Amino acid sequence: MRDFIAYIKGIVMGIYNLMQGMRITMRNMRRPKVTESYPENRETRETYERFRGALEMPHNENNKHKCTACMICMNNCPNGTIQIKTKMLLDEDTGKEKKVLDTYFYDLGSCIFCDLCTQTCPQDAISWSQNFEHSMFTRAKLNTKLNHEGSSLLKKEKKEVQN
Amino acid sequence: MYDFSVLTNWIDQWLRSQVGDSWALFVEFVLVGIAILTAYAVLALILIYAERKVCAAFQCRIGPNRVGPFGMLQSVADMFKILLKEIITIKQADPILFRLASFLVIIASICTFGALPFAKGLHAIDFNIGVFYLLAVSSLGVVGILLAGWSSNNKYTMIGAMRSGAQLISYELSCGLSLMVIVILSGTMQLSEIVEQQAEVWFIFQGHIPAMIAFIIYLIAGHAETNRGPFDLPEAESELTAGYHTEYSGIQFGFFYLAEYLNMFIVAAIATTLFLGGWQPFHVPGWESFNQVMDYIPSFVWFFGKSGLCVFLALWVRWSFPRLRIDQLLNLEWKILMPICLINILLMALCVL
Repeated sequence: MRDFIAYIKGIVMGIYNLMQGMRITMRNMRRPKVTESYPENRETRETYERFRGALEMPHNENNKHKCTACMICMNNCPNGTIQIKTKMLLDEDTGKEKKVLDTYFYDLGSCIFCDLCTQTCPQDAISWSQNFEHSMFTRAKLNTKLNHEGSSLLKKEKKEVQN
Repeated sequence: MYDFSVLTNWIDQWLRSQVGDSWALFVEFVLVGIAILTAYAVLALILIYAERKVCAAFQCRIGPNRVGPFGMLQSVADMFKILLKEIITIKQADPILFRLASFLVIIASICTFGALPFAKGLHAIDFNIGVFYLLAVSSLGVVGILLAGWSSNNKYTMIGAMRSGAQLISYELSCGLSLMVIVILSGTMQLSEIVEQQAEVWFIFQGHIPAMIAFIIYLIAGHAETNRGPFDLPEAESELTAGYHTEYSGIQFGFFYLAEYLNMFIVAAIATTLFLGGWQPFHVPGWESFNQVMDYIPSFVWFFGKSGLCVFLALWVRWSFPRLRIDQLLNLEWKILMPICLINILLMALCVL
């Protein structure tokens, strides 16, 4: 008799538990969908601050960047992704020749997005962009120049010398 | 409510006046065959699309949405892909049985499909032993599955086929016994007669508790017979790659795939015909105006609507529960469903008396 009661109880509990499982899946079905339809939501899609899309060099409104061409990023790069060309320019304040940035080459095709360049940059001159749509028809197009045409180094305001 | 037999009789009369009796019969056979095969293929495409959409909804995804509006042409594109694929011949396989197996599975499925009453007057063949015929023919599919597993000469397919045999043969029992409840209630095995008797009240309400129990048991057992959901041991992906159809490719695999989806629909359609009134609209005795409004909805809408509901139930179960172990599967059948079925038949007999 006890076995029989246990048998009936097992069936009833089994049905109850199965119904609970089905209730959960039904609740899941009515939840909002998590899929992002990518090309359609291009404008509205969320971007994340720490996402490493591609290297970029921010310029301000006067076409000035912060890169002093110290070459730390280039030396840190494990793949030789960054190539920096420099030129000598006469500094008006001191009247001496000074090394400044000429071109900053960045080859996206060999970049492994290790973040070593931006971490070590003493001037915070380079950062990561949010853009991830990198597909090109040729490899050569991945090789880009980061500093804008005719840009120059942002001069730091000299601190007042205290007596 | 439109009676489709008007249309079919008109075609019959016209053919007989044109080409004589025997040729008319031949042309009608061909026409019915083409109609059933087309309906079979189209339904399979719709079911595959529905399955993918419902599955996506249960997992909070969108599902196919690129090909055509709302991805509705996705399964058509998949069909073309599977038709263009190469049929790989297996070296060590038994060539005749290997090819025969996929045809056996799909023939069993089509034969069952052909005997269903789809709408008022739209019934290809009406046996006086309809229920018996449905049970007998739908269980022929297991022969194809066993042959597929045996002839592929592969361990996975062999294990899958053996599991499938154990599963299908045991679930066939409670499937048949739960249908017997309706046969006892209606006193006939003819499908048209069974549907006709449900004009006022459907059998699931007419038969009180035994009919409801039989309906639930039929859904469980029928679901197990389609090799899907928590009962998909014969093709358990994680254990047997694809079970009995591991070695099949191209359209031969397509046949198994088609048969699997259509079997799901056939189980839903049989449940609809026997328990939910087939193509009969929902009537409440006494509510004359309500019954008349229900009569305006075409009969095939009722049939496919009710079957769609049963198919949705099957999909819901499939995407909710984890797979059973083989001993749990057989325990469920022999220790739970079978005794309940036998008691249920006794109850129904007492009700009818």
